[in-house]
Amino acid sequence: MIDVQGLRKSFGSNEVLKGISTSIKKGEVIAVIGPSGSGKSTFLRCLNLLETHDEGSILVEGKDINDMELHLRKKIGMVFQHFNLFPHLTVLENVTFAPQQVLKISKSEAEREALDLLKTVGLSDKANSYPSNLSGGQKQRVAIARALAMKPEVMLFDEPTSALDPEMVKEVLQVMKNLVKLGMTMVIVTHEMGFAKEVADRVLFMDDGKLVEDQEPAIFFENPSTDRAKAFLEKVL
Amino acid sequence: MNLDFAQLVPSIPYILYGIWVTLQFVAVSLVLGFIWGTVLSLFKIGKIKILRWFADAYTSVFRGTPLILQMLLIYYAVPQLTGVDIGAFSAGVLTFALNSAAYISEIIRAGINAVDKGQKEAAMALGVPYRTMMLKIILPQAFKNILPALMNEFITLTKESAIVSVIGALDIMRRAQIVGASNYRFFEPLLLAGLVYYLLVMMLTLAGRVMERRLAKSD
Ligand SMILES: Nc1ncnc2c1ncn2[C@@H]1O[C@H](COP(=O)(O)OP(=O)(O)OP(=O)(O)O)[C@@H](O)[C@H]1O
Ligand SMILES: [Mg+2]
Repeated sequence: MIDVQGLRKSFGSNEVLKGISTSIKKGEVIAVIGPSGSGKSTFLRCLNLLETHDEGSILVEGKDINDMELHLRKKIGMVFQHFNLFPHLTVLENVTFAPQQVLKISKSEAEREALDLLKTVGLSDKANSYPSNLSGGQKQRVAIARALAMKPEVMLFDEPTSALDPEMVKEVLQVMKNLVKLGMTMVIVTHEMGFAKEVADRVLFMDDGKLVEDQEPAIFFENPSTDRAKAFLEKVL
Repeated sequence: MNLDFAQLVPSIPYILYGIWVTLQFVAVSLVLGFIWGTVLSLFKIGKIKILRWFADAYTSVFRGTPLILQMLLIYYAVPQLTGVDIGAFSAGVLTFALNSAAYISEIIRAGINAVDKGQKEAAMALGVPYRTMMLKIILPQAFKNILPALMNEFITLTKESAIVSVIGALDIMRRAQIVGASNYRFFEPLLLAGLVYYLLVMMLTLAGRVMERRLAKSD
């Protein structure tokens, strides 16, 4: 569904992505791991045009993403490390905003769907709260509901649990596991190795702007083929 | 001390009517200045070079020359160039709107830049078009940040509006001067005018606090 070929990206003279090629099939769950600064976020952000790449190509269902900006973003949902909820809107308004503004769904319809989504992430009772009154874990679950409200075909997660207190990590991972069960195509940048091992179909290991390994988790975690991956795993496990 | 307010009493309604004139003046200038200032601030943060350049040059000129000069230029230049006599009140409003827009655009630009980058990214990732994102996500948050600075600008505007008396608009200030001249006593009417301005400013300050508290409800 997504084909990445020879992706390169620089910030000034700093080359951050040095030729990434991979493909993501429908229904696949991909974990992206690697040391800080290796380009994981940049890679993810290129996939929904939050960054524009310099060289190479990204095709979504055969079409170049540079030619499908708005349409692309309706297909791809994103969840950020720092939630980025809209602080001046209630939880319900956060979730209904884009469906109303972008998909032009009526308010009542959007609210009905939003309440369903809030129920699936366990936050029905918070619909009328403002984000500032929620815990980190609750905020991230709202952010997931907000992205899902656009009915995306792919969900991108950039370290969704890194900004959370340890006791809240589980509730967010649980919501993500439910998504996996529903067959959602997901690309997840994460430092939660246990989670990656459990849910991912493939692990992409990035280091210094390169895709160093692209492997099934069982093989990657037990028996990584490169020294760099070995060194990284020794540090984090 | 030789104060005689008794002589002022018959003229008090005349001076107080100036409140209405001043308020009208400030309100219209303020609304126009705010709208134009918002547009300028969007030029400043936008991608179109020529608009950015224009907004920066505009701000620089209006901040770099005296307000009273701008007002006299507009008051005398508009009829001279177009043949249309726009009157003191309109010339004053035009000047104040154009001038305060320069200041307001800087305030709003700073306010927009202070909104967390993640807000824009979240909106973009949801496919929200630029216009909607600005109007419904970024500006409401920016507005909250800048409310104190904006209120300050409005207060300045109220006080500075007294210079329209120079071109003969019948505001509080002008009326106090007229009464002073006809009674040969300036101190009392000017004191009254001062009190009125002070009360107006206090009211604006209070209104600002109430608005801030309202907007803070999401914290
Ligand atoms: N907008 C930007 N402007 C300039 N440099 C950037 C920008 N975004 C990222 N970089 C640089 O690109 C490199 C890769 O950053 P990226 O955020 O993709 O890494 P990461 O793998 O996600 O790291 P982390 O695990 O810390 O999130 C870093 O050196 C970073 O400083
Ligand atoms: Mg990152």
